[in-house]
Amino acid sequence: MKWFDYAAPQTLNDAVTLMTANPAARPLAGGTDLLVQLRSGRKETGFVVDIKRIPEMNEITYDPATGLTLGAAAPCYRIYGNPAVARAYPSLADVAALIGGTQIQGRASIGGNLCNAAPSADSVPLLIALGGKARIIGPSGEREVAVEDFCTAPGRNVLAPGELLVSIHLPPPAPNSGARYIRFIPRNEMDIAVAGAGVQVVMNNGAFHSARIALGAVAPTPLFVRQAGDSLMGRPVNDASVAEAAGLASQVARPITDMRGTADYRRHLCAVLTRRALEDAIRSARKNSHA
Amino acid sequence: MHDKIRVRTTINGEPREFLCEPRQSLLECLRDVLGLTGSKEGCNDGNCGACTVILDDRIVASCLVLGVEAEGATITTIEGVARGSELHPVQRAFLENAALQCGICTPGFIVAAKALLDREPHPTEERIRLYLANNLCRCTGYDKIVRAVQQAAEMQEAAR
Repeated sequence: MKWFDYAAPQTLNDAVTLMTANPAARPLAGGTDLLVQLRSGRKETGFVVDIKRIPEMNEITYDPATGLTLGAAAPCYRIYGNPAVARAYPSLADVAALIGGTQIQGRASIGGNLCNAAPSADSVPLLIALGGKARIIGPSGEREVAVEDFCTAPGRNVLAPGELLVSIHLPPPAPNSGARYIRFIPRNEMDIAVAGAGVQVVMNNGAFHSARIALGAVAPTPLFVRQAGDSLMGRPVNDASVAEAAGLASQVARPITDMRGTADYRRHLCAVLTRRALEDAIRSARKNSHA
Repeated sequence: MHDKIRVRTTINGEPREFLCEPRQSLLECLRDVLGLTGSKEGCNDGNCGACTVILDDRIVASCLVLGVEAEGATITTIEGVARGSELHPVQRAFLENAALQCGICTPGFIVAAKALLDREPHPTEERIRLYLANNLCRCTGYDKIVRAVQQAAEMQEAAR
């Protein structure tokens, strides 16, 4: 790796000051993407700002009235090990346990997964489906961006120079709701998604009240397919409505052909994964309503 | 600029201070600065697990941690697994099951398996395979390794 300077500020203010004074600085959370990119030369920086000593960056707080605040640097193992997350957002606990292997989960954060802005980022379709908001701090104050608007291109996001992602906020789960992310990989573990689907459904007396669907690895950014989820509103919960939403999701996908799969194969996967994720989310919503 | 940074840690139960450049990984610090060469460099990008160490109670790939990030941390490396000349049950089980050939991946597997058994003394086979999915072996295949971890769990249970 090329030389860089290093600082580990303890407050958000100090971190923003450092990021603003060094426009090429890179924030460091778990480092499982950044250090690989710096070593390979894919990214360069003269200054690394370690955000892990800032309390807000490590926060995992759940309030049934306001929802979940997930600090940008909170590592995966703390997310799936958090009893409140496991209870209120089991789909989020599952996705945190899906990223990398045990060693990666000991460092990697969901905030970093979002900022890294890979089209295949496993957590992002689910965060979109769950209605996540990214809370950002910078030299001109704080702002909030919906997760579906956060990634702008492969490896690029909305953060302006000097800005940092502080946390991701999820609304409290609605009654009779369920969510699920599934991906297709040719191995059992430790692989990058060929395609992925994250969904959330809210049910009401055997019909869909609402649904949100997002896809991974089939567009330059994780893709919110609003129309696919909206097609379920008010519809009865059955194979036909689910198949129609899955078909719509696959039509909106804009996959490419690469070493992991062809565009046609990925489009096919979108429909299959969306259907399966919806079926799982429906099961989990029904379970919640009986609890 | 270009000054080294002083890092204070506890490694294998001993306080250890060292100087390193911010760009040096924890693995480089362990091997090149501190002379602890038991942790191996395999892929140097977090895939293979040969550099696995326990950092504040969690296993990590030490190639994906900066030495400077270890300030204040407690670290266990492969050198800290045996008690003096007495091998850890995981180490004995690896020998008895011939769970290694070339040995490059072995320190990482042993550190990871020890961390698993410290946390979960009775893991299922599936749990062992899942927990060790970030450790790659290109010689033996995984069956002997998994059997060794199972046997180590039995040895620890018998010693209780």
